[in-house]
Amino acid sequence: MSADSAAPRTHRPADDPVVRDDADHWSGASIVPSQSIAGRALTLVIAIMTFLASLTAGAVTVIDDAARSWASDIGREVTIEIRPIDGVDIDAEIRRAVALAQEFSGVGRVHALSDDETRRLLEPWLGAGLDLDALPVPRLVIVEIADPALLDLAEMDREVGETIRGASLDDHAAWVDRLRAMAGAMVVGGVTILVLVLVALVLSVVFATRAAMAGNSDIIGVLHFVGAEAGFIAREFQRHFLMLGIRGGAIGGGLAIAVFALAGWLTQGTAGIPGADQLTAFIGGVSIPPFGYGAVLVLIFAVAILTAATSRFAVHGALAEIE
Amino acid sequence: MIRFENVGLRYGMGPEVLRDLTFQVAPHSFQFLTGPSGAGKTTLLRLLFLSLRPTRGLISVFGRETSRIGKQDLPKMRRRIGIVFQDFRLLDHLTTYQNVALPYRVLGHDEATYRADVVELLKWVGLGERMHVMPPVLSGGEKQRAAIARALITKPELLLADEPTGNVDPPLARRLLRLFLELNRLGTAVVIATHDLALMDQVDARRLVLEDGRMEIFS
Repeated sequence: MSADSAAPRTHRPADDPVVRDDADHWSGASIVPSQSIAGRALTLVIAIMTFLASLTAGAVTVIDDAARSWASDIGREVTIEIRPIDGVDIDAEIRRAVALAQEFSGVGRVHALSDDETRRLLEPWLGAGLDLDALPVPRLVIVEIADPALLDLAEMDREVGETIRGASLDDHAAWVDRLRAMAGAMVVGGVTILVLVLVALVLSVVFATRAAMAGNSDIIGVLHFVGAEAGFIAREFQRHFLMLGIRGGAIGGGLAIAVFALAGWLTQGTAGIPGADQLTAFIGGVSIPPFGYGAVLVLIFAVAILTAATSRFAVHGALAEIE
Repeated sequence: MIRFENVGLRYGMGPEVLRDLTFQVAPHSFQFLTGPSGAGKTTLLRLLFLSLRPTRGLISVFGRETSRIGKQDLPKMRRRIGIVFQDFRLLDHLTTYQNVALPYRVLGHDEATYRADVVELLKWVGLGERMHVMPPVLSGGEKQRAAIARALITKPELLLADEPTGNVDPPLARRLLRLFLELNRLGTAVVIATHDLALMDQVDARRLVLEDGRMEIFS
């Protein structure tokens, strides 16, 4: 039918193919184009920033866990140190110290370091084949604390000082305090970095979304001229950018979770290798607690919502410019 | 339908680009808006489409003063006006059918209620065979007809066309003009902004001539 033929929407016969055309012409079509260069760039930016923020959040939880573990482990052990004194049978004093420690409630295993264990302990500083009798080397009794609430450390300290000659009790309080301070500083540092990464994430997502929206200003204009309400336009873009945000966030967060799993597997699979053992001794196994995975999920959804909200503001800004 | 009284418009602190415009667009009327480039034709079309507000004077659209129309009511008013741009403004990621059906889509109508109308209108403007292709593969004339179909699909009371024949050859320009006349015959008021004298000479219609921001009317 040509442009100058009869007007439309007049008489339509029952067998008119127009009437029978019931195909869904909108199937899979979105008013906002689902794939665009700006959209792909935005997805990439969101994925990278979510990945970095997730890694930082994971690292902070690992450090926090390690710090708690250090403080807990050291706090669950005290040491009786017995210095050799001329004329005093040090082995007898060690046995008495073990027996005394075992009398206290709340005490778990009590173990006196043997000569061999003491030599191995000092070997890095004094070399192999050390003759313990030739040097005034203090001997150690390790007292593990089964229940800190039951143990009266002050009483143990007093009795050890009074009844065991040359002995003193070291409850590692100074070490625990220093470790707590160091671990606290590391956690504060990690949280600070996390906050900075999150700020960078927010700014990156906002600017990348605005850049992607700038490429869609023609669509906003057309929708405006065909009589779309601002709320309709905002909803269309918001839904589109929410999906972009979820996709980018899921890619970044998913990769971060994969990295956590890989790091955990590597630290387990490298047991016995000196470097890996030292790392494990220092921070424990690299295992992210459920809270860490929860934080990654929260991050993904927060990024998606931020992206959608930014697009909404951009739509209203663009409409204000048109009008 | 539309009434301008002593309307003036300036952008920011600049000089007035439109001055003392007083005219009416009556229902079912047909008129050309003409004048040299830069005379303010597109700006006047934007005023008619409620995309701009005058800096002075009074504009009444469909019986309502534009200064008293709230922002939330503007989309409803604009739906009574169809607009065709010189650069078509079709969405390249949608098919011709989807572009023409867009006004219904933004209204949230079920496709079953308008599908037949869209297909029929596309056939009427000669795009029945091109409804499933994307605008980038349409010719200039086909794009223009798709843009016209989109402006007409919701049966507006007023059609504004900005240089609708600016990108087409004379035979197609004549066909498009007949399309506008047919539409006008069906009851839609038409305002065609053009500086194509040959086109205007084909129709005995009122001419609104803009020059230096002022208007002269030749009936």
